[in-house]
Amino acid sequence: MTTNGKFGGYGGQFVPETLMQELQEIETVYLKLREDPEFQRELHDLLDNYANRPSLLYHAQHLTEKLGGAQIYLKREDLNHTGAHKINNVLGQALVAKRMGKQKLIAETGAGQHGVATATVAALLGLECEIYMGKEDIERQRLNVFRMELLGSQVHEVTSGSMVLKDAVNAAMQAWVTDVDRTFYVLGSAVGPHPFPMMVRDFQSVISTESRRQIVQATGKLPDAVVACVGGGSNAIGSFAAFLDDESVRLIGCEAAGKGVHTKQQAATITNGTDGIFHGMKSKFLQSPAGQIDQVYSISAGLDYPGIGPEHAALATAGRAQYVPITDDEAVQAFELIARTEGIIAAIESAHAIAYVEKLAPTMRPDQTIICTLSGRGDKDVAAIAKYKGVQIDE
Amino acid sequence: MSKLTAALTAKKALIGFVVAGDPSCEATVENILALAQGGADVIEIGIPFSDPVADGPVIAAADQRALDRNVTTDDVFDVVSQVREQSDVPLVFLTYVNPVFQVGYREFCRRCTALGVDGLIIPDLPYEEQDDLRSAMQDLDLDLIQLVTPNSKARIPKIAQRAQGFVYVVSATGVTGMRNDFEANLAGVIAELRQYTKLPIEIGFGIHTPEQAHEMSQLADGVIVGSQIVDLIHRAGAQAPAQLIDYAQEMKRAITE
Repeated sequence: MTTNGKFGGYGGQFVPETLMQELQEIETVYLKLREDPEFQRELHDLLDNYANRPSLLYHAQHLTEKLGGAQIYLKREDLNHTGAHKINNVLGQALVAKRMGKQKLIAETGAGQHGVATATVAALLGLECEIYMGKEDIERQRLNVFRMELLGSQVHEVTSGSMVLKDAVNAAMQAWVTDVDRTFYVLGSAVGPHPFPMMVRDFQSVISTESRRQIVQATGKLPDAVVACVGGGSNAIGSFAAFLDDESVRLIGCEAAGKGVHTKQQAATITNGTDGIFHGMKSKFLQSPAGQIDQVYSISAGLDYPGIGPEHAALATAGRAQYVPITDDEAVQAFELIARTEGIIAAIESAHAIAYVEKLAPTMRPDQTIICTLSGRGDKDVAAIAKYKGVQIDE
Repeated sequence: MSKLTAALTAKKALIGFVVAGDPSCEATVENILALAQGGADVIEIGIPFSDPVADGPVIAAADQRALDRNVTTDDVFDVVSQVREQSDVPLVFLTYVNPVFQVGYREFCRRCTALGVDGLIIPDLPYEEQDDLRSAMQDLDLDLIQLVTPNSKARIPKIAQRAQGFVYVVSATGVTGMRNDFEANLAGVIAELRQYTKLPIEIGFGIHTPEQAHEMSQLADGVIVGSQIVDLIHRAGAQAPAQLIDYAQEMKRAITE
């Protein structure tokens, strides 16, 4: 839980004064709505009847057999409307925005999944929508850009910095500062200033609230491990939330090691990061000793972020969760493995988690269980995987 | 009364801003001296940051140019010490919280006062998050400048209570950069602020012409000019010091007439 926006020593509200009044209003409104049965009913109605929840907890029998160890269950967030866990959080935040009387949603996006979810919900709720996306990511994820436009949103190409997710967050924050009265910034991950990390965690905790019930139903007991990929960490914190007090459940976040944790081309924040203050929060960041934020890299646009949500930094520090680096090579190999064994084309982000399951499952007994969250589906990544493998395809 | 407050009291003041290390640290020293010679009462020195979220494109580009030349916080301290050999013009640092946090609040503040820096402006450190830095500043002659924005509303009394040196009123919501329209309720914000503080009130964000400077100086005790100076330095190259003297004189005239 959070105290004054802090998780352990992490979190806080390190933003320009222009945003402080707004952040405090969002916090006040949200804390009220969290306890408001009418709001919760409206949110859950949309989650169940629009987003297609609860998502399945699928026993991946073939993968289990192949790896020869723990029973592997996949939490299928990829089956949600718009194809990723992102919709859970966007529905929640957009309803908060509506209650605050906002007319416009803005959002940043890396891989495009959060942008598509925001554009979708904006269309559903009749709100204007503008999405900020790095030029580099636009090139990697053209299909998602076109989706957002089809949904009636305007996509702004961000050409500053390394032209990826970090820069899209900067641009979205600047756009928010400029038009704060009528705009709600739908943050896509469990990052940023308080109350966002708390709010995003709450909205994503539906993942583990469901999977906890589902696994107990299926196996009669809690899982032994929960594995999820981590960029900013919204999918992971949602996957962990309902298990935080269950000390027997190992929680493992898989971060993007890109071309290796000893290279510059990586985004392994807990493995290589140091304490810092950026994007409104105190957390762990990949940065120079002087505090300049690094340009990071991953094959996965969604994990390509130099920081991590403050609650993860606190969980890592406290030793409650463990964070492991997964390289591009390992992720691509896992992407193919799950496609061939289970017939599931998972997001390359999620393949990072599968890659760790491959290492973990064989070390465990067949009476033990792992829940691995498939944060999204991989349609968007097919072209990137083809390129990685040197295969020419027509998009 | 701190040195900074004294320098801004009982007159209409001009505060100029430069990004340290753009185009070079040597040039920054010359440019600061030129602004002072032209009549600037205080100079803000920007310590470049990789992701200056409160700044518009002009200042962000200058930060990037400086970082591309590997300008470090140590280099910026060097700039200050060279300026101090020739001038006692009040100096304040403007930077984001992370570079300060990395040096360590206590060490950063100690070095500031040892070199004769008079104040700090940290746009992403609202008053709720200032306790650690303020305790590091205790007993040092260093002011932490508070920013007030047109939407600070109920926060004004609390911000004013913490104010030191001067109060920086942001003329418009948004990021830094030259603009032609200012917030309609600016006079109201300043009037409210005056009820809670006797410190000088300086307006910044967007001011670039003498006409604007004149208009804004009627509302407050002075103006802060950033992007226009950074842009002038970028365009003028070796001619920058001479042009800065002229520009500072012209702006100073506009605000005192």
